[in-house]
Amino acid sequence: MSDRNRLPVIQDETAGCGADSPSRRDFLRTAAAGAVIAAVSGCKPDAVVEELQRRHLTELSPARLQEMLGKLEKKWSAQYGKAVTVGARPPMPGVNFGYGLDLSRCIGCRRCVYACVKENNQSRKNPQIQWIRVLQMDKEHGVALNHATPYYDPEKVPEPGHFYMPVQCQQCRHPPCTKVCPVKATWKDPDGIVVIDYDWCIGCRCCTAACPYGARKFNWAEPNLPAAEMNPVTDYLGNRPRPMGVVEKCTFCLQRSRSGRYPACVEICPVGARKFGNLLDPESEIRQVMERKRVFIFKEELATEPQFYYFYAT
Amino acid sequence: MNIPSWRAVLPLAAAALVAVPLAALGGPPPTPAKAPAKAPAPAAAVQDIQAEPPPFSEGIFPCSQCHDKAGDPTPRQLAFHDDLQAELHHGPPSRWCLDCHDNGKRDFLHLINGKQIPFTESYELCGQCHGDKYRDWKVGVHGKRTGMWDGKKTYFLCVNCHNPHNPRFKALKPEPPPIPPQEQGR
Repeated sequence: MSDRNRLPVIQDETAGCGADSPSRRDFLRTAAAGAVIAAVSGCKPDAVVEELQRRHLTELSPARLQEMLGKLEKKWSAQYGKAVTVGARPPMPGVNFGYGLDLSRCIGCRRCVYACVKENNQSRKNPQIQWIRVLQMDKEHGVALNHATPYYDPEKVPEPGHFYMPVQCQQCRHPPCTKVCPVKATWKDPDGIVVIDYDWCIGCRCCTAACPYGARKFNWAEPNLPAAEMNPVTDYLGNRPRPMGVVEKCTFCLQRSRSGRYPACVEICPVGARKFGNLLDPESEIRQVMERKRVFIFKEELATEPQFYYFYAT
Repeated sequence: MNIPSWRAVLPLAAAALVAVPLAALGGPPPTPAKAPAKAPAPAAAVQDIQAEPPPFSEGIFPCSQCHDKAGDPTPRQLAFHDDLQAELHHGPPSRWCLDCHDNGKRDFLHLINGKQIPFTESYELCGQCHGDKYRDWKVGVHGKRTGMWDGKKTYFLCVNCHNPHNPRFKALKPEPPPIPPQEQGR
């Protein structure tokens, strides 16, 4: 292994040390690690230490949270040249979100994919990150993943003999992804949305592996978000800019939905295949779908119990 | 629109074309809501509909600017509105303009029972035949809404998505496919 590739391991001193040497070694290690972190992140050491010492998001005092959000707003407003707001919208009481997707209507036009990318500040390319993946399937085989491709590219959709199944985070009631997270960087909020604290994520990608829907995406490189296209209305757990090395996924556009608005994919869909609402409200669109239509959930046998439902309106 | 008077008696009311939204017009035409009190109230269940305006072609509404009185109701090959007649593919070939458009009051549509309805409430007309879709649309299962999931919504009318003369939804060019991982240069 060349010197360049070797990890910067701090060598133990082996001989000739006094009784105080272990603590000295510890001190040197800590100091060196701090210096490395500061050098890598390009921040002042005290900012790094402060960041490392903060508590879990759910344990932060309101004042501390506001202070943290304010710092992020300042940082990104300068970086993107516009007034960026970073909210921390709490789950709304009495609300449990549900999503419906009409497979008999979807034509596979991918408008939702790009509306999502735009709304949620996803990396445009290298790495290209898309939270929604539209699968083209054969009518002959039905919902079968061994007869599915996301790479279809005809002149016009829908193509005869095919149907389309967009897949995104299913906001499971028993989410395998949150169970495997070793640091509790991802959890399910009471309104049903599975959220990620990107600052808490250590990038181990256990959740990505655990998710049976391929919904979680990893930033393998520094995200590429052009300042002109940056959506400045953000939420800490939602569409705020992400750093390299963290996992992200669909949040039902929580920066919109927790303010009462429809997610971006619902509003863009040209065929009205996407339905969204409060599962606890019998008059909501999603409840009406469940009362009236043939509804199924994806990979039901895994007992993840999604809050995302596919249905056939015809 | 300056149209020879012989055209004014053609019994085809100017109709909703999907291409150009009303919003594109310079000034909004008189809305049917301001029409005489005969305009029917919408069904109670859909009172709060805040619809997108019907997508008229530019300059075509109100129809009464040409059709000032009832015309010949006989089905025939039209000399004006022949473009609309050519694209008319809705139900059986016997479908005729005055099945939906009102001959006496051209700025209105009419139901089978003769009740006149404004273009902004055309869903009532569509619902006569497409009752299952109408039922679903009223509760938000069919069609599209934008705005607030727990508040004020904009409902799309049938004609905002379906050209009433040719209702089948047209194929679209898809957005580009995702870049496969092996092409992302990692």
